[in-house]
Amino acid sequence: MADVNRGNRPLSPHLSIYRPQLTSITSILTRITGNALIVASLLIVWWFLAAATSPEYFALADAVLTSWFGDLVMFLSLWALWYHTLAGVRHLIWDNAKMLDLDSAYKLGYAVIGGSVLLTLLTVAVI
Amino acid sequence: MRYLTDRKRAMGMGSAKTGTAHFWSMKVSSVALLILIPLFVFTFGPILGAPHDEVLAYFAHPFPAIVAGLTMIVGFKHFNEGAQTMIEDYVHGTTQKIVIIAVTCLSYGAAATGLFAIAKIAL
Repeated sequence: MADVNRGNRPLSPHLSIYRPQLTSITSILTRITGNALIVASLLIVWWFLAAATSPEYFALADAVLTSWFGDLVMFLSLWALWYHTLAGVRHLIWDNAKMLDLDSAYKLGYAVIGGSVLLTLLTVAVI
Repeated sequence: MRYLTDRKRAMGMGSAKTGTAHFWSMKVSSVALLILIPLFVFTFGPILGAPHDEVLAYFAHPFPAIVAGLTMIVGFKHFNEGAQTMIEDYVHGTTQKIVIIAVTCLSYGAAATGLFAIAKIAL
């Protein structure tokens, strides 16, 4: 698979011709949310560094993180965090060769989407 | 046209030897984060937006400081290895190696910066 030069052989149709399905969308969202969380992570590290440095520097970092844009990034990242967490649980279940049939995969898919929205709203309400 | 399969190309070249180490490492950190993430969300969340002196006093307590520190270590390790999997899927050749090294540097750098800041606040 790592071999780039695969020779001049015909390839089967790829991603672009398939209709989006719950299984494929929830799968790629796991990767997207996981990697996108680096944005909020770096912002939080910056916030900690600023807090440790000086009141002036903290004021700047805090203003960025609590601005409307910062709030938006944090809110979306919170959802991404819960989504990635629940999707991770789904992978831990699958690792045991359980619930791999299509019906269960769909149920888990809906649970991951619904659960992540629910947890996000719950967190916002609690915090 | 060459109809050689990947298996045929790999035959006789020896085993990969350490195929499961990365998978197991991801599994361990994911289970750890299952505990750490809720703890971090509900300790860091309420203090975000508080005045500077309150933030300093808050992270001088052992529990929020240790939770934040552990989340940095395990979180960035998990990110590093997860991002590596993604890079291996989409980037190849020398560029792949360079991007993996860059992401590793970023992960360790971010974790070290976060730990330094938390330690400085806590001590």
